[in-house]
Amino acid sequence: MGHFFSHLFEPGLLSNGPVRVAVLVGTVVAVTSGVVGVFTVTRGQSFAGHALADVAATGGSGAFLVGLNQFWGFLAFGIGAAAFLEVIGVQRRRGRDVATGVVLGAALGVAALFLYLASATTSTTGASFTVLFGSIFVIDSSTVPALIVSGVIALLIVVLLSRVLLLSSLSPDIAAARGVPVRAVGAAYLIALAVSVSLSAVAIGAVLSTALLVGPAATALRIAKGPLRAMAVSALIGVVATWLGILLAYDSYYWPPHGHGWPVSFFIVALVVVFYLLTYLRRPSRSRRARAAEAHSGESACSAA
Amino acid sequence: MFSGLMMNTWIAATIVAVIAGVVGFFAVLRGSTFAAHAIPNGAFAGAAGASLLGISTLIGLAVFSVAGALGIAAFGRRARHDVATALVLVMMLALGALFVGVSTEYAQETYSLLFGEVFGVSSSEILPIAGLGVVSIVAIVVIFRPLMLSSAMPEVAEARGVGTRRMEMVFLLVMALATSMTVPVVGALLMFSLMIGPAAAARSFTPRPGLAIALSVAFGVATVWTGIVVSYETNWPLGFFVGAGGAVFYLAGRAWVTVRRTRTVRVGRVRAAATA
Repeated sequence: MGHFFSHLFEPGLLSNGPVRVAVLVGTVVAVTSGVVGVFTVTRGQSFAGHALADVAATGGSGAFLVGLNQFWGFLAFGIGAAAFLEVIGVQRRRGRDVATGVVLGAALGVAALFLYLASATTSTTGASFTVLFGSIFVIDSSTVPALIVSGVIALLIVVLLSRVLLLSSLSPDIAAARGVPVRAVGAAYLIALAVSVSLSAVAIGAVLSTALLVGPAATALRIAKGPLRAMAVSALIGVVATWLGILLAYDSYYWPPHGHGWPVSFFIVALVVVFYLLTYLRRPSRSRRARAAEAHSGESACSAA
Repeated sequence: MFSGLMMNTWIAATIVAVIAGVVGFFAVLRGSTFAAHAIPNGAFAGAAGASLLGISTLIGLAVFSVAGALGIAAFGRRARHDVATALVLVMMLALGALFVGVSTEYAQETYSLLFGEVFGVSSSEILPIAGLGVVSIVAIVVIFRPLMLSSAMPEVAEARGVGTRRMEMVFLLVMALATSMTVPVVGALLMFSLMIGPAAAARSFTPRPGLAIALSVAFGVATVWTGIVVSYETNWPLGFFVGAGGAVFYLAGRAWVTVRRTRTVRVGRVRAAATA
C-alpha cells in the first residue's frame, strides 16, 4: 500500500518549489474561475469569456515583446477588451457574437504581429507556445502575490454582486423594474470576468482558460440545486481538476516519451471535460423522478376528470 | 511579386477568401460565430497530431475538424450551445497542447499552423485546396434553399420538414471541410477572421442574400489581396493585415447602417413637417 502511494505521489512532490507555487496559484485560479464561470454560463457569455482570454493572449505576447511580465500584459488587454465589448454591446443577444468575433479576429491578428516581432528581435523560440498554452510550473514566483490579490478582487466583485447579478442574468426586465442598474452590474461583472480569465490564462494558457471558466460551472449547474450551491460545487470541481492535473503532470515525467513530461494544461482540461461528461451518466434524481411521476399522474387525473 | 512561388500564394489565398466568404455568410446569418472560431482552432490539434504520427497534415486536419463539428452538433442538442462549443474547443486544444508538448521540435510549426504560412504554398498543395474548395461550394449550392430557410426562419423550416438539427450538422460539416483545406494555408486564426469580418460587413450593406454573399466574397478577396501586398512589402505576418481588414470592413458596415438610419429618420421628420 505504501509502495502504491509512493508511486502515485512521487517523492518530493510537495517539497518542490515550482509545484508549491503551482498548487497555490492553481487553487486561486480554479476557485475564481469556478465562481465567475457560473454567471458566464448562466448569461450565455461563454464566447465572450473565450474571446477575452484570447485578447488577453495578445497582451501577453505584447508583454513578451517589451520584456514585461506576461501577467500585466494579460491583465491590461483583458480589461481593455472587456470595456470594449461592453461599449459594442456584448450584453444584448442579437449581433453580439459577430461583434465579439470581429474584435477577437483583430486582436488575434495583432497577436500574430507581436509574436512575429518577438521572434524577429529576440532569438527565443516557442514564445507563441508559452503564451497560448502556458504552464503552471513556470510561474514567476514574484508575481504570485499579484495573482492572488487580483483573483481575490474578482471573486469579491462577483460574490458581493451575486444577488443582483443573478437576477439581472435570469431576467433583466424584472431586475430593471426593481431598480437594479443592469448595465452597470453587467459591466462590473465583465471586469471581474476579464481579471479571472487573465489569471487562468497565466496559469494554464490563454486558449485553455476557457476550460476552467466554462467546464466546472456547466458541470455544477447540471448537478447542484440553487445558484449558491452551484458556485461552491463549481469551485470545488475546478480545484479538484487542477490538483489532480498537477499531480498527473508531475507523474508523467516517468511516462513515455522519456525525458519530459506531458503538459499540465492537457490534464486539467481533460479532467474538466471528463467531469462534465460524467454528469450525463447520472440518472435523474429521485425527487425529479417523483415530480415527473406526479405531473404525469396529475395529467392523467385531469384527463380522467 | 508575381513570380512562380508568389503565384501559388495569390491563387491559394483567393480560393480561400472565396470559400470563407460563402461559408462565413451562413455562419454570421446563423449566429454560429463561436463554432466558426472553434472548428479551425480545434483542427490545429489534428495537424499537430498528424505531424507527430508522421502522416499527412491534411488528414489530421480533416479528422479533427469533422470530429469537432460532430461533437458540437451532438453536445449542442443536450446542453447550451455555447457551452458545448467551448468544451469541444478546449478539449481539442488540450489535445493539441499534448501533441505539441510530446513532440520536441514543433514550436515553429505551431506558429505557422495558428497564424498561417501563406508565402510557402507549393504547387502540389494548390490542387487539393482547389478540389476541397469546389466540393464545399457545391455542397453549399445543393443545400442552399433549405439552409437559407432554416437559418433565417427555423420554425418555418421545421414546419416544412427541414430539420433544424440536421441542417446544423450538415452546415458544420461543410465548415469543417472548408476548414481542413484552408488552415494549412492561412492558419486557424486567419480563417476565422476571413469568415466573420467580410460576411458581417456584407450583411450590413444589403438584406438580399445573393448580393450579400457576392459582397462578402468581394470583401474577403479585397482583404486578402491587400494583405498579401502589404505583407510582402513589410514582411509583417499576413494574419495581422487580414484581422485588421476584417475589422475595417465590419466598422464600415456598422457606420453605413448608422448613417442610413439617421438619414431615414431625418427624411421622415422632414416629410412629417411638410405634411403638417
